[in-house]
Formats: sequence, structure tokens, C-alpha cells
Amino acid sequence: MSKIEIKNLHFSYTENEEILKGMDFVLDERSTAIIGQNGAGKTTFVKLLKGLLRPTAGQILLNGADIAGMTVAQLAKHIGMVFQNPNDQIFKNKVIDEIIFGPMQIGMSRAEAEKKAKEAMAFVGIAGREEENPYDLGLSARKLVAIASIVAMDTEVIIFDEPTIAQDYAGKERIKDIIRTLRAQGKTVITIIHDMDFVADTFERAIVFAQGKAILDDSTKNVFAEKEVLEKAYLEQPNVTKLCQKLGYEEVFLNVYEFIEHQRKLG
Amino acid sequence: MARIEIEHLKYQYPATTKLALDDISFSVEPGEFIGIIGKNESGKSTLCQAIAGLVPNFYKGSYGGKVMVGEIEVKTVEVNEMCKTVGIVFQNPFNQVTGSKLTVYEEISFGLENMGIPKVEMIKRIDEAMELLDIIKYKDRNPFDLSGGQMQRMAIASIIAMQPEVIILDEPTSQLDPQGREEVFQAVQKLSKKGITIIMVEHNMEKIAQYSDRVVLLNDTKLVAIDTPQKIFSRDDLDSFGVEAPVFTKICRGLHLKNEETGCYPVTLEEASRLFQRLVKEESHNE
Repeated sequence: MSKIEIKNLHFSYTENEEILKGMDFVLDERSTAIIGQNGAGKTTFVKLLKGLLRPTAGQILLNGADIAGMTVAQLAKHIGMVFQNPNDQIFKNKVIDEIIFGPMQIGMSRAEAEKKAKEAMAFVGIAGREEENPYDLGLSARKLVAIASIVAMDTEVIIFDEPTIAQDYAGKERIKDIIRTLRAQGKTVITIIHDMDFVADTFERAIVFAQGKAILDDSTKNVFAEKEVLEKAYLEQPNVTKLCQKLGYEEVFLNVYEFIEHQRKLG
Repeated sequence: MARIEIEHLKYQYPATTKLALDDISFSVEPGEFIGIIGKNESGKSTLCQAIAGLVPNFYKGSYGGKVMVGEIEVKTVEVNEMCKTVGIVFQNPFNQVTGSKLTVYEEISFGLENMGIPKVEMIKRIDEAMELLDIIKYKDRNPFDLSGGQMQRMAIASIIAMQPEVIILDEPTSQLDPQGREEVFQAVQKLSKKGITIIMVEHNMEKIAQYSDRVVLLNDTKLVAIDTPQKIFSRDDLDSFGVEAPVFTKICRGLHLKNEETGCYPVTLEEASRLFQRLVKEESHNE
């Protein structure tokens, strides 16, 4: 089980404007959603985790060790990231070549990489499509190739950037299932996401980013109860939660099933 | 204003072996807001391209049936002519922005310059479009310095300035945060109220239910139904098409609560909460 400690993290691209203005929290085994308006610093934050950017002040500790002392390549063995747009990630002509690329880059033998790739493909539900060109696949299936490429690297930490974009109902359910399974395998799963209904249904913890700070960090249930804070961060509550509040319920329900159960008990 | 009439439309992309659209027929009244839903690869985007004439005139392939937009038979008109009547807004505004213009104002002028619109008329149209999409305050900004929601509204403004009668939006909000999404939906609703016909593909069913006059449900390249959001989302077979009902509809279905006036399950937050509140009142009345 990996632990990532964020200590007084600051970052700026230019001298005049600070993007991250001092963040402190610990990412642990709970599946965590990072939510916030466009421009709140979410993507910058995960780039720092990957070592693609380096903090202007503060530290990121991976299992106690400051990642400042690690190269991007060294970090890649520990932290994998699935891009928002699979077209930005995928560059090989064959699905199987794409998926073994990452594992081989971090030192696996070809045989081992192929074994991991096959497992990852079965896991995300694209088994048997090894020889196809990723760009002949629909966007939804291509996204699954991008996910399998990272899963095959078998890193302790996996970051998803907007995993549900362009996914239909079945696709979203599949990604929900992938995240839950990775969590059950003991991986640290961190996700940047705008789809609040999906967050409510899938993640244990939510961290709200606004203007470069983590302004709220708690269980999803407690975070989504904070209507005013969410509004200030230009976020919406999940639809079920909106209905609860409109009806004046004190308790917050996160998904359809909880709400229905509650109503049935009322009679 | 143009009425859209689609009759027995069949289409197959070149170098493929399966139909992408199979015998689609329906019509749309001027100023209607139509949501198109269906699982991935059910034909939603292809249908959009067929209304805009890119199918078949850009993509080629085999084509049967007829698409009429007002008096125009889409197939018989060149793409550069068709875009004056039907405008398309892309999923990702980054792909739509020309990249060659330094300000929002110039970006919106681009389509008009290409159409050869006289200067006085052009200025009038740009001002109107910016006003309608509420982006006048960004007119001197670089398009790439805008937020996603602002950029998408600029993309819509540059289409609006060409004064199309129909606007097609293919998942215009999937890249946006919740606030940006709401901005775009409200802007589009305003256009629809001005009499512009809206055709929108969208995966967010709560928004489709809230804003659409009617919903087109596609499945495996075929039209399943075109009807009100209430009727579409109350279908018992909805799951079998890989489509999710809005959260509010799922809750009411789970509790067997139909709206007596419509005979359907509620589809929006307002409709559902009204129904719940009425039930509570009736209960306390009975006690």
C-alpha cells in the first residue's frame, strides 16, 4: 500500500502567478477524486506527482522518500497515469505494441510485458483485439487501450485524468468497475474528474481544489453535503444530493439506491 | 425557418461492410431543441453529419433516402454552400478554433470573411452573436486564453454569426466543467427560443431531459423512437439500448412514482421534487 505525502506544495509556471498555493494532505489507500473548476490546478498537481513538473516550494514524499531525488523514469515505475484524451497517449500501430511499451520501458522482459498486457486487456475488456490498430477503434475502446497500457505497468499508484469523457452508460459502468477492482488490489487510485454523479458512486474520498488550494478534503458524503463550499468552487452537487436538499432532507444520499432505500423505509 | 425532413435515410461509409445509418425517418419543426441519445457507435454523429451534408458530400460512401432542410435537398448541395444553412459545433473547441486569429472578435469574423459578407453587415452580425453568447467582455482576448466554457461559447458565436437556420452540436460539453456545461446549455436554449433549430448529441441525460423538446433514441444504426424526454426515459426497455435514464427518473421508477398528468416518470429535478412534495402534502392531509 503506497502513501503519498503532500507537504506545503507550491508551484508556478510564471513569476507573477502562483498556480498551487500551499497544499498539505496525504494520499492513502482510499480511492480519491480530485474535483475543481477548470484552471483550479488539478492537472498541474498530477504533473507534479509524475515528476513532469517540479515544485517551486514544498515536498512530495512517496512512501517517505522525497520524489525530488527521483527521475521521471524512476517515478514511472511507481506512478502510472492515464491521459484524458487517449489520442495524446497512444502512438503505436498495434494495440499489443502500445500496451507492452510501458512495461518494457520500466524494465520488464518482452515475455513478462506480454503476459501483463494480456492480463490488462482481459481486465479492461478488450481481450482479442491485440492486432488491431488503436485508431481503428472507437474513442471509447481506444480509452480502454490507454487504461490497459497503464494497468499493464503494474504501478502502485494509478492516476486517471477524466476517465469518463466520451463514455456511454456501459463504458462508465466498466470504468467504475476497473477503479473499484484496482482499489481492492491495494493500488492507490487518484482521479481528476468533473462528473459528480460518478464521483459520488465510485470514490471514498474527495478533495476539492479551488484557486490553487485544497479547500475541502473528506469522505465523498461529507464533501457533497457542503453545498456552499462547492458553489464557491463552481462545482455542482451530485443530482441525487440536489434532490435531497431540495426536499429539505438533513441526510445526504450519494446515489439512486441509497435514496430509494431511504424512501422505502419511510413507507 | 427550415423544417428538417429525413426519409428512409441509409448510409454506409466507404471501405466498410456495415450500414452506419439504417432506414432513419423523422422530421423536426423549426426552432425545436432535439437531443440525440444512444450508446457509442449507434449512429449519433453520422446522423449529425447527414443533416449537415458532410454525409455523403465530404465522406462519400453509399447513400440512400433523402434529407431535406427547408427547400434544400442536402445531398445535392456543396458542403461550402450547405454550411450557410446548417452550422456544426465540434466536441472540442480546440479543434474548431482557427488558431490563426489573435482575438475573439477576429475569430468570429473568420467565417463571415470567407462568405464575403460586406463589412457593415459583418460588424452587426459579430456584435449580435457576441451579445447572444454573452462574450462581449472577452472580445479582445486571445481565443486560447479563454476557459473551456468561454471557448465553446465563442465557437458557437462564430457559427451563429453565419446565421444558420439549424445548429448541430455533437457532445459540445464533454470537455467542460459543470459550470461551463451549464453556460453552453443556457446559451443554446436561448438560440432555440429565437427560432433556430437545435440538434444536440449529449451523454448527460439530466441535461438532455431538462432542455430538449424531443429526444431521438438511436440503437445499432436504427431509430428506436423520437418523443418527449418523459416518454423516452419512461420506456421499460431503455436499458436494452445501453442508455441510462436521468437520476431523477431512476429514483421515481424505483419507487413506482409516476406523474399523473403525463403518465410518465419525472425526468428533471423540478418535476421530481414537485411530485415528492405533493405526495408528502397528500399524506399529511390524509392523516
